[in-house]
Amino acid sequence: MALLTRLSPAALRLLALLAVLALVLIFFSTQIEGYLNGRLFNRISSSVAIMALIATGQTLVILTRNIDLSVGSVVGFSAFATGSLISNHPDLNPLILLLYAAAVGTGFGMLNGVLVAYARIPSIIVTLASMALFRSALVEYSNAKSITSESLPAWLTDFPNMPVFSLGAMEFRAGFTASLVVVLIVHFALTRLRPARQFFAVGSNPEAAEMAGIDAHRTIFAAFALSGLMAGLAGFMFLARFGNITVVAGLGFELKSVASSVVGGVNIFGGSGSVIGAFLGAILVDLLETSLVRWAVVSEFWREAVLGALILLAVTTDTLFSRRLAALRARKSKESAK
Amino acid sequence: MTRLYSWEGLLFATFVIIFAFNAAFTPDFLGLSNQINLFQLSIEKIILALVMTFIIINAEIDLSVGSMMGLSACAFGYLYQIGTPAPAAIAICLAAGVLGGFLNGWFIARLGLPSLVVTLATLIGFRGLARVMLEDRGIGDFPEWFNALGQKGLIGPLPFALLAFALLFALLYVLLERSGFGRKTYVIGSNRDVADFAGIDTARHKIVLFTLSGLTSAFAGLLFAARVGAVRGDVGSGFELDVITIVLLGGVSIFGGKGTLVGTLLSILIVLNLRNGMGLMNITGHIQTGVIGLLLIASVVIPRIKFATSRGSKPEATS
Repeated sequence: MALLTRLSPAALRLLALLAVLALVLIFFSTQIEGYLNGRLFNRISSSVAIMALIATGQTLVILTRNIDLSVGSVVGFSAFATGSLISNHPDLNPLILLLYAAAVGTGFGMLNGVLVAYARIPSIIVTLASMALFRSALVEYSNAKSITSESLPAWLTDFPNMPVFSLGAMEFRAGFTASLVVVLIVHFALTRLRPARQFFAVGSNPEAAEMAGIDAHRTIFAAFALSGLMAGLAGFMFLARFGNITVVAGLGFELKSVASSVVGGVNIFGGSGSVIGAFLGAILVDLLETSLVRWAVVSEFWREAVLGALILLAVTTDTLFSRRLAALRARKSKESAK
Repeated sequence: MTRLYSWEGLLFATFVIIFAFNAAFTPDFLGLSNQINLFQLSIEKIILALVMTFIIINAEIDLSVGSMMGLSACAFGYLYQIGTPAPAAIAICLAAGVLGGFLNGWFIARLGLPSLVVTLATLIGFRGLARVMLEDRGIGDFPEWFNALGQKGLIGPLPFALLAFALLFALLYVLLERSGFGRKTYVIGSNRDVADFAGIDTARHKIVLFTLSGLTSAFAGLLFAARVGAVRGDVGSGFELDVITIVLLGGVSIFGGKGTLVGTLLSILIVLNLRNGMGLMNITGHIQTGVIGLLLIASVVIPRIKFATSRGSKPEATS
């Protein structure tokens, strides 16, 4: 009990997520032969590398009491635009290509940001509309063509699988490592840097934040621009990993990124949560999907049903538990005041 | 209220323009069969939009409607395939809709979880159950009368689904505009705390609404099965966003408390005619959706500009 009140709720949440991850790993290692090996780590890490970036951006937006449903379309557009740039100019500097992907994503994000923060249209309406708009922009831009991996230079398609370092059998590949670094940088900023704390302030109480001299409009604008940036970078990773890009690239990523954030303990009403949580949420979602496919007891078609139940369970326990914890803390502080 | 009336006037004018444009440029547009076809092709979405209007006026959202549709359609296919008589299978599917909707409502109203999260989870979960039943197969060969109900005219050329839509609209219109239940829907949507203090059982009201939404979605799934004559795991996937777009375009506030079924109906007419017209001009589906998206943003921006200039006051805050 002492531990429950001493640790911060955020830290408890991360510990609970790690515990659930460990339980899932232990459970499936008793069910699937040769489950816990380096290949599992590689498989999960290469697909999480993309979702982790999107979920990080989504978390920033959700922290400010908004939602970004357009990320899937931004990933698709960025992947396609980056792919067609490099196939037309094969000798392009990799850094310029990366900057291009980032710029495309940020541009879309800023458009959302202007409409939400300054025109004050509810984010769910803006991004519902821009999800459709960006996708139709992609259809127009693609001109019924698609990108194939043969038209991409080798350095790009090799990049995600390039080993950086290994821990035992776990090989940290470049794609995953890059994502991890981005997540850690954003986490550091959110917890240590004053400007980034404004995301929490605006999300937990917009009026109080305004009175404290925070420009809430600018903060919300920044959250959407950053979400676009993350989706743009994810588009680059998507291109590098899959190589073949059609107009449906990234379809459905918006709901998956919201799911990752919510499972990771980010409060959908804003003001609390962490990108590390969202990162662990993305890993948990992916781990379950991958493992259920290989589990012989149920058909692979169970994975979505289980995933839905998991999200409901995660949110229910999180909400009920934090209510209890708040009551417990209130009682304790009352006792110590006596 | 004046603002609402003028909003519906604007929607009506938009509809008339699109309708006249279609009628002028497309030879067979005004024919009865084309007009019926227009509704038939999106009949499930427009039925879902009616109940979604209640949910959003109540300041909630239901993302699971498309998946519940899929679940019901797939359950029907599965049950029929293993030899259940079709009427019994229909009853089981509708019961599944009631149960699924109740589940949503219970988590939202009794546990106090946000509807966005709960129905996001059931969007994935219900879809999952649909896939568990059918895996990657498609099932068809339903009884003759079942398919006829979806494809042929029931009274003259009017098919069953269109009659059901008209009847449901009339019932829900009376419920929303003329009954205590409808008043409560608005009151809870504009301020849940006030409604609680006024002695309204807001939790029960929300559970009833979500159960109704589940039941209607299951019904829509069955309509789909009858209309298309075959079902697959992906029936209704992505419908939730189209349905929500229709409702919001109809002037229902995402913050609850405002909106009418007439607005939703006008929005349905606009969207259907616009898509039909663009389809006839060989504009692809993705672009059509993009145009509807633009319209959605315009639907929020235009009344604000009008409001701000005519009253000289600041537009209402949204966050």
